[in-house]
Amino acid sequence: MNLWNLFFFSFLTENIVLTRFLGICPFIGTTKSTKNAWSMGIAVTLVIMCSSILTYFLYYGVLVPTDTTYLKTIVFILVIACLVQSMELIIKKYFPKVEKSLGIYLPLITTNCAVLGVVLLNISNHFTFLEAMIFSIGSSMGFVFVSILFASIREYLDTKNVPEWMKGTPIAFVIASIMTLIFSTLGGAL
Amino acid sequence: MKIIWNGITKENAIFSLTLGLCSTLAVTTTVESAYLMGICVTIVLFFSSIVVSLIKKIVPDNVRLPVYILIVGTFVTIFELLLQTYLPNVYDLLGIYLPLIVVNCIVLGRCLSVYSKKGVTYSMLDSFEIGIGYLLTILLVAFCREALGNGTITLVDQASSLFGAKQIIYLPINDYFPMLFFQTPAGAFFTLGILIGCFRLLKKVKK
Repeated sequence: MNLWNLFFFSFLTENIVLTRFLGICPFIGTTKSTKNAWSMGIAVTLVIMCSSILTYFLYYGVLVPTDTTYLKTIVFILVIACLVQSMELIIKKYFPKVEKSLGIYLPLITTNCAVLGVVLLNISNHFTFLEAMIFSIGSSMGFVFVSILFASIREYLDTKNVPEWMKGTPIAFVIASIMTLIFSTLGGAL
Repeated sequence: MKIIWNGITKENAIFSLTLGLCSTLAVTTTVESAYLMGICVTIVLFFSSIVVSLIKKIVPDNVRLPVYILIVGTFVTIFELLLQTYLPNVYDLLGIYLPLIVVNCIVLGRCLSVYSKKGVTYSMLDSFEIGIGYLLTILLVAFCREALGNGTITLVDQASSLFGAKQIIYLPINDYFPMLFFQTPAGAFFTLGILIGCFRLLKKVKK
């Protein structure tokens, strides 16, 4: 597939959050303000990039030659968990300022489906290394983009008069639904 | 009966806590894939709850999360291999969402908050409760989406090697119905949003 197309494909039309439902929990849970959305987005992007590089080499370097590809779920989740832990340590040591804003979000990323999802999709779509990188960049940018849009809408919505029973999560889902409709129509333009 | 009722109302992970949403939204295009996913999650949760509550004294506090992820991951892998061999259709149907059970917030959250503190029997019962609650909830979502969006209710299709014949109920079709919208990802968000709203409304009325 054309790399440029692949980028737009993963960034907009096949956005992992809106069409594949990956990373919905943090998407609904932590996007109550734009600032949170930025922090979470940056942290997720970092982890997705690092883990897709690592798992790509692990899968084709170790698991395929030794014929143990069925272990990929466990190996990948371990890589992600270790990565998140070590990133937490590095950030704590060298960037105490960043730690203040990202601190509480980092441990949550291990259980973010978006990370494991992208890594698994890289493998199941049989991407080459370059394609996998483009796909990871596109997907994580898509995650950031959508969560910031979503957070801004929700901030605005807080001041509005929503019926009591639809307040909070339910109305957030309806908004996500409308966003998905809009994003899916972008596919025709490419 | 009481267990089932508790699972649906009191501690419903999806409706009141909004946990484990990825799979809820993704596999609910047909009733069949929903209950298959529900069964998978329940079984994984059940076995992990036993192991986690058995080894709760040995595991130090600061490595709890990685250890629990490994335990859940092991059961998921076993399950993946079993499905791949015996029900390859179902394996393809659930696709990437099957390995994603590892990071399902319901399973991990429950392991961290309950099973690491309580005894084995309590954990087993609790896992059953949560699992059934999850199963019934995604069944409800899937039922709404499939009946409205496709005009069918698929009871057995891909898993027909397990249950014998295929069983699909066809609902009457007219100009307005089925509405394809409910089968698309956008419809998934919409259905879940409205259902959570209704769930809250019901809870309020009951009080």
